[in-house]
Order: sequence, then C-alpha cells, then structure tokens
Amino acid sequence: MTELPPSLLLFAGALITMLLRGRARNIFLVALPVYAFWHISQLSFGEGPKLDFLPTFDALEPLRVDKLSKAFGYIFTLNAAVAFLFAFYVKKAFQHVWALIYIGAALGVIFSGDLITLYVYWEVMAISSAFVIIARNTLRAKQAAFRYVMVHIFGGLLLLAGIVMTVSSSGSIAFDAFDYADANLGTWLILSGFLVNAAAPLFSAWLSDAYPEASVTGGLILSAYTTKTAVYTLLRGFPGWEPLMVIGCVMAVFGIMYALLENDMRRILAYSIINQVGFMVCAAGIGTKMAIAGAVAHAFCHIIYKSLLWMSAGAVLYRTGKSRCTELGGLYKTMPWTLLFGGIGALAISAVPLTSGFTSKTIIIAATEYKELFWVWLILELASAGVFLHAGIKFPYFVFFNKDRGMRPKEAPKTMLWAMGILSFLCIYLGVRPQALYDILPYPVDYQAYTVSHLVTQMQLLMFSALVFFLFLPMLKRTATISLDTDWFYRKGGQAFYRVMDKSLNGINTAVADLIAVRYTAWLGRFFRTAPAEILGGLLVPYWMVLGLGSYAIAERKEKLILRAKRGAFPIGITACLAVMMLAIIYLVALA
Amino acid sequence: MRDKNMDEQKKEFDWFDRPSSRRLLWRLLWGACALSVVAEFFVHRHPHFGIDGIFGFYALLGFIGCSAMILFAKMLGKWVKRGEDYYGDNIEDDVIPEDIDDGNHD
Repeated sequence: MTELPPSLLLFAGALITMLLRGRARNIFLVALPVYAFWHISQLSFGEGPKLDFLPTFDALEPLRVDKLSKAFGYIFTLNAAVAFLFAFYVKKAFQHVWALIYIGAALGVIFSGDLITLYVYWEVMAISSAFVIIARNTLRAKQAAFRYVMVHIFGGLLLLAGIVMTVSSSGSIAFDAFDYADANLGTWLILSGFLVNAAAPLFSAWLSDAYPEASVTGGLILSAYTTKTAVYTLLRGFPGWEPLMVIGCVMAVFGIMYALLENDMRRILAYSIINQVGFMVCAAGIGTKMAIAGAVAHAFCHIIYKSLLWMSAGAVLYRTGKSRCTELGGLYKTMPWTLLFGGIGALAISAVPLTSGFTSKTIIIAATEYKELFWVWLILELASAGVFLHAGIKFPYFVFFNKDRGMRPKEAPKTMLWAMGILSFLCIYLGVRPQALYDILPYPVDYQAYTVSHLVTQMQLLMFSALVFFLFLPMLKRTATISLDTDWFYRKGGQAFYRVMDKSLNGINTAVADLIAVRYTAWLGRFFRTAPAEILGGLLVPYWMVLGLGSYAIAERKEKLILRAKRGAFPIGITACLAVMMLAIIYLVALA
Repeated sequence: MRDKNMDEQKKEFDWFDRPSSRRLLWRLLWGACALSVVAEFFVHRHPHFGIDGIFGFYALLGFIGCSAMILFAKMLGKWVKRGEDYYGDNIEDDVIPEDIDDGNHD
C-alpha cells in the first residue's frame, strides 16, 4: 500500500465520488485529500515499483519520492482538503469529479520519475482542468475552456516533441535536471512546454482568461495546481537555466501591471498568480540550493495564501453574484469575517512580517543577494512592493471598502469561513514558526527572516507602497473595461483567420464550381458536339476549293457536314475515314 | 436586505465610512511611514550591492518604484484597455451558475 502512487488514490476517489450522494460525498471529498496527505507522509524516499514499457525503453517510474516531490505532495493534498471544505455547499458532483482527476494528475506529475509518465499525467491535467472550467456551465466558461484547452494542447505538443527528441538522442526517459551547457532543441522544447503551464510571457493569457470564468470553487482549485506543477518541473528539470531569471522577472512585473489595470476581482488574483509564479521561475533560473529551497517554500506558502484570497473573492461572488470592482464595495459591513481572512491572505502575499510570505518569498530575494544578481534583486524587490499595491491593498480595498454600493449580503457560509480560517491560521503559523516548513524543503535553509534590519527595510518598502497607493487613488479608480492580453492574438486572430479562410477558400470554391460545373462542362459539351465537324469542315474547304466548288456550295456542304456530325449520322464510309484519321493522329502524337 | 428597520440600520458598523476614521487612518499611515524611516537610525544594515546601503533606500524604492509602476500601468492602460464587450462575449447568461447563492441554502 505504501508503494501506491498518490495520484491513483485521487483517481479512485473520483470514481467513488460519483457513487456517493449529499453530505456523505462532501465529507468524503474532504477526507480523501487528508488521507492522501497521510499517505504521502508515509512514502519512503527512493524509487517505487517500476513498470515495463516498450522493449527498447527503460522501465517507467511512476513513483519517485524525494524531499522535493514530497513537499509539493504535502501542499497539493493539504490545499485540496481545505478547498473541498470550502466547497461543501456544492450540490453537484460533476466539477468535483473532474477536480479530483485534475489534482490526482498534478500529483502524478510531481511523483513521476520519467518523462513518459510525466507527459501522460500532464495531458490528463490539461483535459480535466478544462472540464473544471466548463463545469460552471455558462457560455463564457465554455468558450474560455475551449481557448484554455487549445493553448494547453499546444503546450503539450511542445513537450511531446521535446521528449521525443531528448529520448531519441540521449536514450534515457529519466526526468532529472537537464544540463544548461548541453541545451539542445529537445530540451528547449521541453522547457517551452513547461513554461506554457507556468504562464510565462506570451503564454500567460490562458490563465487570466480562463480561471476567472470557472465557478467559485473551480477557480479556487485551479489556482493552485497547473502553475505550481510547472514550477515543480522547472525546479526539477531546469535549475540554473539562466534565461528563466529573465522570464521570471518579466512575469513578476507583467502580473503587477495587468493586475493594476484589471477590474474583475478574480482576474486581479489571476494576474497576481503570474506575478508570484514569476518569483519561483526566477528562483529556478538562479538555481542555487538556497533559491530552489526558497522557491519550494514560496510555492508552499503561495498556494495557501492564494487559495485564501480566491476563497474570500469566491465567498463575495457567491453571496453577491458580482466580481467587478466597479460593482462591489463597502462589504466590510456585512462580511467582516470574509474581510478578515481575505485580509490575512492579502498581508501574507505582500510578505508582511508575521505572515508566511515574509518567511518564504524573502528566501528567494536573499538568494539573489548571495549570488550578487543586482538587476534580478532590484526587480524582485520592486515586484514585492507591487504585490502589496495590487493584491495586498487593491483587492481588499475595492471589494470591501471604497464606495458603499448599497449591497448587504450575508456573511459567507460557515464551511467557507472554516476553510478560510484554517488557511489564515497557516499563513500566520508559517510566518511565526517557519521552521516546520524549512524542515521539509529539499535543501537545508540557513536563513533568518527575522532580523531587525530586515524588519525595518521590509516595513519601509511596504508602508511607502501603501502610501503611494492611497496618494494615487484617483488614478487607480476602476473603469468598466477589460485589458488586452496576448489572448488577443488567438481571439481576434482566430476570428480574422476564420474570415480570411471563409473569404478565400469559399471564394475559390465558388469560382471553381462556376468554372468547372457551369462553364467548362457546357463548353466541353459544345466542343464535342461541334468541334470534330468544324475541324473536318475547315480541313475540307481547301479540298472543295480544289474541286472547283463556289463559296456558296462550300458553305452549304460545310453546314450539312456539321449537321450530320451533331446528329452522329455519317455514312459508314465517312465514319471509317474519320476513324482512320484519328488513328493517324494518335500514331503521329505517339511518334513525337 | 432593505427591509431592515431603522434601529438596525443605525447600529450598522460603518466605522470606515466616517470622515474622522479616514483622517485617523491617513495619520496612521503617515506615522507608520515616518516610523519605519526613523527606525533605520537604530539599525545596523548589511548592504549587498552598495546602493541598498543608502539611508532610506527601501522607502525610496517603495515610493518611487510604486509610483513608476502605477504611471506605467496607466500608460499601458491607454493602449490595452477596451470596452467590456470588445470580444462580443459580455453576455448575461441564461444559465444561472449554481455557485451563486440563490438564498435557498446557507
């Protein structure tokens, strides 16, 4: 039993979920990830049982357990348990079944030791997550899910092409760290496939496009797994790949810019994921033990506080049916607990001292200091300040304060509050006692977040960011707008492509149909009816002239000939003569 | 919820809406900023790059950096902001998503 890949537990759970009803199902959904968490804690380090694959390949390795995979396994199952507690009110099984498959596949990626197993789980993740989005059952959700799955199929194909190239050149299907010095097209393609899921620049729009269209619980569950699985694969496969530093920095800043422009609260949080994942991608690029450990710690804490933020946004959406900042505001009066918990999440994501962000994200920043990467350090510090702007203040401010729009929704249901309470506790607990987290990191961390100097500098950074927010508040007034992202290229591009194809291909089709079916066949019919006689008549004219016939007689004979040809009524002699001539022509053509 | 009687409406917690509270919060914010800078006098710092050793560096970074980001985002907004129906999909669906509270369950 201890050798069982955790993914199978959740797949089996998905089947059982379909059989259960009502409260029993909801309890089962919470209990299953808790059990999976315990199961992961019992897994012994090393490789599990292997499965024989094709004759020329190494055996598949569906269960590789080390500190890195365990750390991600813990947070994935922990988050799932709390997310299903939050989702206790959901009556239908559909999205939960797909969510379990999705989370199971994410665990599958985390624990797979070879590229083939990883790829299969990767695609299961893409498809099951698309169904989690579809489960909201609105037209917008269905359209977004369609775009989402297309992007992920594209990413999956990049990954597959990379795996095929890498395996055929190296002969090994093992998934270990690739050497930057030996980078080749195969490894670059694998990296690109991973980066699509990490929401790297140019490939990030799927996230901000699709997650906010998912249901309250769907968005919550999605926010944790796809990008963090991608972070895991980068930490495992591409530590020290320098371009990742640049990509990470761009993501960190890009996320802030768009989150500042955004009006929809869940889209603000979606862009904020891109910003946060940027830190982790950057850490993978730095590649030192400290950076890797920092990225794992950050991913762990990030999943907790980002889920907490999605939960508070979800509770607001659940009670009000609205998610635009321009329609929300003043909710602190009737949803104080949701505000409190959301606020704790907001403080944690901003790395305020005594929260988990302060003890995790700052490890990555310290890693840039140790490696003396000035620009990376500067951008990450700047991005840290920006996080406080968009997620730390903007989100709670516009949702819970700002202008009272006369809404008096009830406080969130109790199960939602319990879920948020648990995550809030974790945010603070890991901020005060980070050692529990440091102990499960892949490398020992010799890092002390709580120095007086660090506290002072962090408070300066955050307080002055807050000051800027409120000084610039008139400039940050929300407008009922959307912001164009790279999905413009395939949304507008897709429409344009459709129109161009419609005009060009259908145009060609019509023209060809007209030419062939109408004109050419008619011409051909006329040709075969009259042409032989016309040609023959033309040939006979000199002969008739030699015979001394007048022009009138010639015309008469020619007309007669054509008439006969049309009716096909030649005397036998002429028919035979024509046949001989035809044969002669064919013979001549053949000779030539 | 508009059918609440007047007494209950009076009792409603609206501390953050009061001008006096807002003034207080502003003072607290300025105070916190000042305090964080003053605290630096009593701290021995370990700059890694030189520039971060400047007094009040992080305060400046927060202030200038955030101002720059907001201004940049504002400019970016002029370029990328569009109406909500830009993609022609700003539709109110007939399907009421079941995850919106319809008041029947708690």
